[in-house]
Amino acid sequence: MSDALLEVENLRVSFPSPRGERVEVVRGVSFRVGRERLGIVGESGSGKSITGRAILRLIRPPGRVTADRLAFRGRNLLDLSDTAMREVRGAGISMVMQDPKFSLNPVIRVGDQIAEALVTHERRPSREVRRRVIEMLQAVRIDDPERVARLYPHQLSGGMGQRVMIAMMLIARPDLLIADEPTSALDVSVQAQVLDIVDALVRDEGMGLIFISHDLDLVSSYCDRILVMHRGEIVEECAAGRLREARHPYTRGLLAAVPRLDDTREELPVLDRRAMGGT
Amino acid sequence: MSALSVRNLSVSYGDRRVTHDVSFDVAEGESFALVGESGSGKSTVLRAISGLAREWTGDISALGAPRGHRVDRAFARQCQMVFQDPYGSLHPRKTIDATLAEPFLIHGIGDRDRRIVAALEAVGLDRRYRFRFPHQLSGGQRQRVAIARALVVEPRILLLDEPTSALDVSVQAEVLNLLKRLRREQGLTYVLVTHSLPVVSFLADRLAVMRQGRIVETATVAQLRADELRDPYSRELRRLSQGRATA
Amino acid sequence: MAAVDWLLDDSPSSRLQARIGRLYRLALAIARNPLAVAGAVIVGLLVLTAAFAPWIATQDPIVQSLGDRLKPPSAAHWMGTDELGRDIWSRVVFGSRITLTIVLLVALIAAPAGLVVGAVAAYAGGWTDRVLMGLTDVFLSMPKLILALAFVAALGPGIENAIIAIAITSWPGYARIARAEALVIRNSEFIAAVELQGASAWRVISTNILPLCVSSMIIRVTLDMAGIILTAAGLGFIGLGAQPPTPEWGAMISRGRSFILDQWWVATMPGFAIVLVSLGFCFLGDGLRDALDPKRTEGK
Repeated sequence: MSDALLEVENLRVSFPSPRGERVEVVRGVSFRVGRERLGIVGESGSGKSITGRAILRLIRPPGRVTADRLAFRGRNLLDLSDTAMREVRGAGISMVMQDPKFSLNPVIRVGDQIAEALVTHERRPSREVRRRVIEMLQAVRIDDPERVARLYPHQLSGGMGQRVMIAMMLIARPDLLIADEPTSALDVSVQAQVLDIVDALVRDEGMGLIFISHDLDLVSSYCDRILVMHRGEIVEECAAGRLREARHPYTRGLLAAVPRLDDTREELPVLDRRAMGGT
Repeated sequence: MSALSVRNLSVSYGDRRVTHDVSFDVAEGESFALVGESGSGKSTVLRAISGLAREWTGDISALGAPRGHRVDRAFARQCQMVFQDPYGSLHPRKTIDATLAEPFLIHGIGDRDRRIVAALEAVGLDRRYRFRFPHQLSGGQRQRVAIARALVVEPRILLLDEPTSALDVSVQAEVLNLLKRLRREQGLTYVLVTHSLPVVSFLADRLAVMRQGRIVETATVAQLRADELRDPYSRELRRLSQGRATA
Repeated sequence: MAAVDWLLDDSPSSRLQARIGRLYRLALAIARNPLAVAGAVIVGLLVLTAAFAPWIATQDPIVQSLGDRLKPPSAAHWMGTDELGRDIWSRVVFGSRITLTIVLLVALIAAPAGLVVGAVAAYAGGWTDRVLMGLTDVFLSMPKLILALAFVAALGPGIENAIIAIAITSWPGYARIARAEALVIRNSEFIAAVELQGASAWRVISTNILPLCVSSMIIRVTLDMAGIILTAAGLGFIGLGAQPPTPEWGAMISRGRSFILDQWWVATMPGFAIVLVSLGFCFLGDGLRDALDPKRTEGK
């Protein structure tokens, strides 16, 4: 992995607590991402989403982000000006969030929103912009792109909305896509479709992908490498295929706690939170 | 006598008919699951049984007594519901104590203090949570409170609307274990709505697969585990959730 | 420190401790906002002044002393004297009692009335909603001050009638806000859960919906206080509010109007009091809004 797209070393994010002291929610996380698919798995409060947001510098004060190194293609993201950072977002790194309902502007037509993502990054004649939008909608397998482009976000189903989001995020051809629980709000059948689309696009364009999710199985089937986060730290790193051989008690506990389709267990094993250092 | 009998249930929201002639029976002490994707009408059926959806035709009877279209107190004592979202189903300005006291006040039941402590104990919540507000609890703890609230009036039937789908994997396991234990201890009848077949396999005895407002297949959990579902849609659902597990 | 720990305890051991702890957190949130503290201090001073008026005032506010008429501010008369030789400082101090009475009574009549009307309309829906909101709209469609004037004219001038008139004109605003909020709350799952337990409509409204509307109502009323004070002063100014010789601030300005060019203090001092108190309520209302903001108090 010599050509790392993103290098993160000792990333820390803290927020002030009501009693005054600062609480670290990400505690010294380090990893590198190349043109590969990296999964970050953890439960709520593990700091996985905050990590994703910190990379794009989306943590607002009073939250505080520090890192020994947070570099995208060799440029230190923490030193960039806000203008330079805006350029990185979208054209360099883009992010798909959990719920399209909250990420799309309700009063702007879908096609215009996708076009806007393109126009802010490159100046192009409007006819070409239109063509690119339609192409992009086709790429996320929307059957009738001309019609969908004219719809408003509330006229889309959940799966369609998320595909539009992906089109919007990928139209500027970023090098790295951060997908934060991109399919948790969707049905299983739609979930598979959406992830297949992301997967195909990532492969075709040779992008890097950071896939953040709480779902171990999902991540292991769509990623090459997995980081397991717990209470702000990376507790396990392994190749996706070898998840079953995970060593850390937390990872093993998580795997065992999942009910199976052929479950005949009388009781599911639960994590011993004290052993994990939690409460 | 069946605990719950639903005959030709058609529920509408305004002009839109959401379910079409849904019929099923749940035996006393049985755990029955309604499975389907969003928009299949599974939650709507549950809302009609509980009394939250009022525009329906057909017959619903619980423990032999037919059910009217409104919420009535006698029915409330026999049948309670646990909601999906533990963040939305508890009153944000009431302590756990006040939330659990409410059913006693409604039904004029005395000896509240002892009963509240017992209810917390039954769902495995420490006594020190009693005077906290919901925002001071985790999602799993809140869902335990919601379960305790449903059980304090000692109902015979519990309606569960995606009870663990908003929870983390490890917390989901705890809540599922709790639900299984409570059913064993108190001989409850469950009607469970979920989109997750592994959860059905763990918690239910029988299931009905719903699609676009109709039941396409009713099967036992043994058939589900053995991959002996007949309907093509149910088989597709099973295939998609093979090895995929979180709710 | 032990007391603070008890107050901030995450697992209170009684209902009382939980409640006091919540109030303490609220006080802490207000204390972090300097403007809100300023507002609280001004409102606190108003309450203290009203309570201890006989001790704070230097003279009787009603006794006339024609020999001392229209004296400028001095050591003997801190705010000067008016055209009948009464000490303005003492009149302003006693006037705080009237202002506070008006404000409290209006708040006590109008806010609960609006709250109940709004919550009932939202929860019941259908015809109840249409009738109640139609009525509210009728009141809202007329300018407040004009409506108050009409009521006072009908009821006869005087401080009690002014209070009633102001209360009648201000409840519709609260009803609208309460309804909007109750509509959202009504569709939440925790209300459904209480309904499923067999709770009556009255129980759902009174113990589940109303408590959630109260905080925004408190904010709204506090912010409206300034307006209420100004309306009361306005009524006093045109002679329809408090009657002489009651030291009401609006009426005092009205009388001082004749001397505004030569004896500026007669009208200015009570005016200054009105501005200060109005500002105090505004600051406090803003601070309360920040502190009671559900996004902050309810955590994640």
